[in-house]
Amino acid sequence: MATPPPPLRRATLLLLAVLVGVLASTARADLVISKADRRVSTVLLALQISGAQLPSLPRLNALGSNAALVLFLSLQVDLTSHIVRVLASLKVENVGPDPVSQVLLSFPNIQAKNLAAIRAFGTEGKVKGPSTVLPIEVVQPSGAPPELTFFSALLHKPLEKGKILHLDVLTVFTHSLQPFPEEITQAEAQLVVYQDSAHYLSPYPVKSQTLAIRLPGGRVESYTRHPTAKLVDSELKYGSFEDLPPFSYLPVIVHFENNNPFAVAKEVIREIEISHWGNVQITEHYKITHGGARLKGEFSRIDYQSRPYVRGVSSFRNLIARLPLRAHSIYYRDEIGNISTSHLWSDSKKTQLEIEPRFPLFGGWQTTFTVGYGLPLQDFVFYSDGKRFLNITFGSPMEEILIEELIVKVVLPEGSKDMEVSAPFPTKQWQEVKYSHLDIVGRPVVVLEKPDVIPEHNLYFQVSYKFNNISLLREPLMLIAGFFLLFVACIVYMHTDMSISKSSPSYLSKLQWDEVQATVQKIQGIFEQCLAVHDKLEASLRDLSRTGDIQSCKAARKAADAQFKELSKELKPLLTSLQSSPQSYQIWPKVEDLITKEREMQEKLMTRHSTIVDSFERKLRGQDVENKIALQQQKIAALRQEVESLLEYISEI
Amino acid sequence: MAAPEASSAAAGGGGRLRNAFGGVICAFTLLLIGVLAFSIRLFSVIKYESVIHEFDPYFNFRVTQFLSKNGIYEFWNWFDDRTWYPLGRVIGGTVYPGLTLTAGTIWWLVNSLNIPLSVETVCVFTAPIFSANASWATYLLTKEAKGTGAGLMAAAILAMVPSYISRSVAGSYDNEAVAIFALIFTFYLYVKTLNTGSLFYATLNALSYFYMVCSWGGYTFIINLIPMHVLLCIVTGRYSSRLYIAYAPLVILGTLLAALVPVVGFNAVMTSEHFASFLVFIILHVVALVYYIKGLLTPRLFKVAMTLVISVGLTYASKYIPIIASVSEHQPPTWPSYFMDINVLAFLIPAGIISCFLPLSDASSFMVLYLVTAVYFSGVMVRLMLVLAPAACILSGIALSEVFGVLTRSIKYQLSKLFDDSSAAVSASGDSSPESSTNSTKSENRNEKSETVPKERPSKKNRKKEKEAAESVPVKPKKEKRLLALPFELSVMGILLLIVLGGFYVVHCVWAAAEAYSAPSIVLTSRSRDGLHVFDDFREAYAWLSHNTDVDDKVASWWDYGYQTTAMANRTVIVDNNTWNNTHIATVGTAMSSPEKAAWEIFNSLDVKYVLVVFGGLVGYPSDDINKFLWMVRIGGGVFPHIKEPDYLRDGQYRVDAQATPTMLNCLMYKLCYYRFVETDGKGFDRVRGYEIGKKHFKLTHFEEVFTTHHWMVRIYKLKPQKNRVRGKVKKLKSSAKTSSAFAAGRKKNPWQ
Repeated sequence: MATPPPPLRRATLLLLAVLVGVLASTARADLVISKADRRVSTVLLALQISGAQLPSLPRLNALGSNAALVLFLSLQVDLTSHIVRVLASLKVENVGPDPVSQVLLSFPNIQAKNLAAIRAFGTEGKVKGPSTVLPIEVVQPSGAPPELTFFSALLHKPLEKGKILHLDVLTVFTHSLQPFPEEITQAEAQLVVYQDSAHYLSPYPVKSQTLAIRLPGGRVESYTRHPTAKLVDSELKYGSFEDLPPFSYLPVIVHFENNNPFAVAKEVIREIEISHWGNVQITEHYKITHGGARLKGEFSRIDYQSRPYVRGVSSFRNLIARLPLRAHSIYYRDEIGNISTSHLWSDSKKTQLEIEPRFPLFGGWQTTFTVGYGLPLQDFVFYSDGKRFLNITFGSPMEEILIEELIVKVVLPEGSKDMEVSAPFPTKQWQEVKYSHLDIVGRPVVVLEKPDVIPEHNLYFQVSYKFNNISLLREPLMLIAGFFLLFVACIVYMHTDMSISKSSPSYLSKLQWDEVQATVQKIQGIFEQCLAVHDKLEASLRDLSRTGDIQSCKAARKAADAQFKELSKELKPLLTSLQSSPQSYQIWPKVEDLITKEREMQEKLMTRHSTIVDSFERKLRGQDVENKIALQQQKIAALRQEVESLLEYISEI
Repeated sequence: MAAPEASSAAAGGGGRLRNAFGGVICAFTLLLIGVLAFSIRLFSVIKYESVIHEFDPYFNFRVTQFLSKNGIYEFWNWFDDRTWYPLGRVIGGTVYPGLTLTAGTIWWLVNSLNIPLSVETVCVFTAPIFSANASWATYLLTKEAKGTGAGLMAAAILAMVPSYISRSVAGSYDNEAVAIFALIFTFYLYVKTLNTGSLFYATLNALSYFYMVCSWGGYTFIINLIPMHVLLCIVTGRYSSRLYIAYAPLVILGTLLAALVPVVGFNAVMTSEHFASFLVFIILHVVALVYYIKGLLTPRLFKVAMTLVISVGLTYASKYIPIIASVSEHQPPTWPSYFMDINVLAFLIPAGIISCFLPLSDASSFMVLYLVTAVYFSGVMVRLMLVLAPAACILSGIALSEVFGVLTRSIKYQLSKLFDDSSAAVSASGDSSPESSTNSTKSENRNEKSETVPKERPSKKNRKKEKEAAESVPVKPKKEKRLLALPFELSVMGILLLIVLGGFYVVHCVWAAAEAYSAPSIVLTSRSRDGLHVFDDFREAYAWLSHNTDVDDKVASWWDYGYQTTAMANRTVIVDNNTWNNTHIATVGTAMSSPEKAAWEIFNSLDVKYVLVVFGGLVGYPSDDINKFLWMVRIGGGVFPHIKEPDYLRDGQYRVDAQATPTMLNCLMYKLCYYRFVETDGKGFDRVRGYEIGKKHFKLTHFEEVFTTHHWMVRIYKLKPQKNRVRGKVKKLKSSAKTSSAFAAGRKKNPWQ
């Protein structure tokens, strides 16, 4: 485990190499600038500011004739997280004769390529009042050294001679903290190197300037010595420098401990899907890596668990997302399932989601996950002038995360037209089509792509589109139509004759079978009528016992008799047809059985009826009557059950 | 006295109504049964999450993913180089494709309708969908044998039988989920053909058999059971042309189709499992011929044939001894597992058998035969309890429906007798006495009660079953008559008891579905005083592997975790759950049971970069690698004799505490599991084994810890690269001598050189 001497030597060599490289690059920059100096110093303007004689001011061709500005500024560099924020508070004074309408800001290319955001706020006047955001654009003044990148902050109104403008320029750089050493063990703290110029690199002369570098606290390994350098607590100060010529450059290197999470998302795909049924669904796919010094050697869980803040100090285990207020149905998962280590706090002011990846992230480790949530439609989609527009933040809700490539996809409902995007910064845009939930033509998708997105980019952007509410009903109607057609098809299928040959035996037998079934049904009807007649007879008996009306009872019997006869007459043709049919071999014995049983029952009933009526006429005692008919009673009941079961059996067929 | 009249009229009207709406109610009930079967299996999704379970399902899931991404032709030709590392595996030719193709088709269908379901979602819900299908198939099969009421009853019972739930909860994406449906449906079509003698159904039957062959190796059960039944029919003199139509096309078409499945291929005609079917096929033809010529003298022939068939076949379970035996689900079940898995059905089955015999038809004899063979198989291995479950459900459904039929019929009969008595008494006494009227009203009340009781109870517990009970009344009116009429009170009591029994069954099923069988086993939970605690270590480790190792790194672990590693971590493994190459598994077993140096050499020769072990000692997870270790020793020792099981046992006891043998304490598995374990509590107390470990402080020389999950359940080690051997001269000589000797020693042990 003990590191042998060679690697140590190697590390020192590496350090040396880096330093040499750094120095070389600064030297080169110096050279270039001095060249520029030489070229442009032909024109010199003597400027009088409060009685002081300023040194020569270089004048670039493209700066125009009136590039006569002088700066007082304080530079604050914030190195507490892995995103470097530089706030330059400029006091710009126009000392030239002509009004100036733009202020040029310059950065060496090596810095400019890491520049993620630049913003300028201007306030005119001696006192700091409300500031306004100034538009910024990239310019390439002719004759400017190619190693510098220029931005121009356009003033709302030209700065008159002698006037003072307060300008706050916030620049944010990514990838500017180089971990050094590049590989550390689990227990080591992460050291990073930051390099910058102590002098503010500017095309204008600088009257006075200070530089303050805020460090995250903890160990400071080294920093560039300078007479003015001062390290107080966790703040490193340089300056103040007075009367710097344009493009003056003083390299500064700070090597310090920074254990803040270096959460870098290699790629984030943020899908915003609008449903006009009332939901804006947001799905964010993250591919996160720890962008700091790589872990070398073992990862020991016991070390990590027993003292997580010592043995594992450079790792991070959670990320915090500030979700919109009324976010709901929040989920957090990756491709192999739900991740159960997350916490959600929500109150009336905010919804905060703390997510822990499946494992703590050490340097160089990476993981992927997906966060999704729903938002109420009315909070984010508005309607004006016949157009709807979505107004939602661009970046990811994660705190202090650097996204190397952010793809925002706005999925508009099917049938949307005339999409227009207005974003507060330039993005690459194109359109796609996404098919989802029963779409036919697909949903238009507006895709915005932007590299190096930082929390400062979490601004609102707008997508406006035209959408007719009727289109909402398209899919339900489609479903209804689909089911309707299905049922219609079923009905048609059931009612049409699909057989190919009308003379095939199977077809004929099917026809015959249908016939048989119809007959059987008729027969069944007749038998049910018979049973009803039986019931009537019974009822008449009961009436008899209640009223003693023998005559009506007899009449009932007669009527029943007649009915029976009629029914049997009806039955006859049906039976013959059934018998003649070749398909009825299964049913026929049952039907026969049924008829005999029913006959028997009729007889029994009649006899019982007549017995009871007779005995009633003869005023016999109830007991005797009961004895007399008891046997019959049982038989009838049994018969009736048999008949019923037979009927049911037939109906089953 | 109008009440009885009205009631009788109502009965008449009700009868007609019942007939008219019977079909509708039946269809609706079936729909509800389907919903029940589907939703009772969703406990795992609700309690845990929508995720693939256990081990084998991960493989199936991975295959399905491949299928959905690359299409069917690529799938057939898929050579998987991410498992069985130097060997690889031909997936297309060694996998039963039924499940995968089914889920792939569902996925394709759903996505072509532009419904964006992921492959995972489809896979998770395939099993519940197919258990709904299976319960409908059960309905059809039972209906063929014993009518609608028994069918509905059996379907409802099958919808929630724990044995089947254990294999088909949402996420349990395994062959059995689909296969049970295919099994029942094939049986249905066979019985249907047997009942109708229609060639159409016979063809469908062959296709359904083909689907079953595609789905599961258990298809041999079908191709042995159906011949047995055919033989039974012939022996009992039930030969008919319908039997011929039911069987002959099945054998011919079914065998041809089965041979199309790559994994079966020529096995369909070459292995002993299939011989019974051909033999019976020949016998059937002989019998057909004999019947045709009206010859005689068959029984003796049949007896000979019968003994032949029974002695052949049924060799499903006996293959490679140690590996098969090491899987817990391949062991014979215990009695409690019967109660756990089929619960009260075990007591209802005998009744079902009796009622199958009452009128013994072709179909009901098939049921009995199915049950008997399934009971036998389930006694051989726990896993085949699954085959028993449908048989148990069908027979219990028949029994329950029969009993309900008898009881309700006797209630009906007794009631009608009561009415008749009262009316007779009334007619005799002339004037209506108050007693008789009260009597009749009392009977009315009773009637109402008996009506309402089965209608109120079920709303709480088993509404469906009750509905069937009501349904089953008219179903079975054939033979038995008032002879079977029981006393009124007894029948009411009987119905109540049956409802209680049913309720008990339902409660048990729901409990089993919710508590016992819904855990996905890759994420564990434990309930403690401060709430639910989730152990998600497996996925933590797999996620780490998949994101933080090189794509082509090889990971060695015991074979249990092979499928999961390839599916979740997408890393190449040495062995996996397919267990097709015993030597390869033995190599890993040997490495795990060797001392560090020898193990390093074996792993290095296999190109392994990471070794993964599962360790439950910290949190008390019992099925970890230390508990499985003896199997590694056994399997390793089976191939490489220098690994001897007694070396790892102290007096025949397996232990890892201070009394453990030095071989045990020095083997790789012990070291990887307990590396720096002592630092957690200072003593090294193993919570699974319940004692302090034997060797507490040691260093690893050839491996380094690269990842351990939060609860230490999965530990991943990396093989250290070989040391540079350039040092001082003396040292060099010494070390080279040492290494060369070690090399020679290693060579002896290393099976790969």
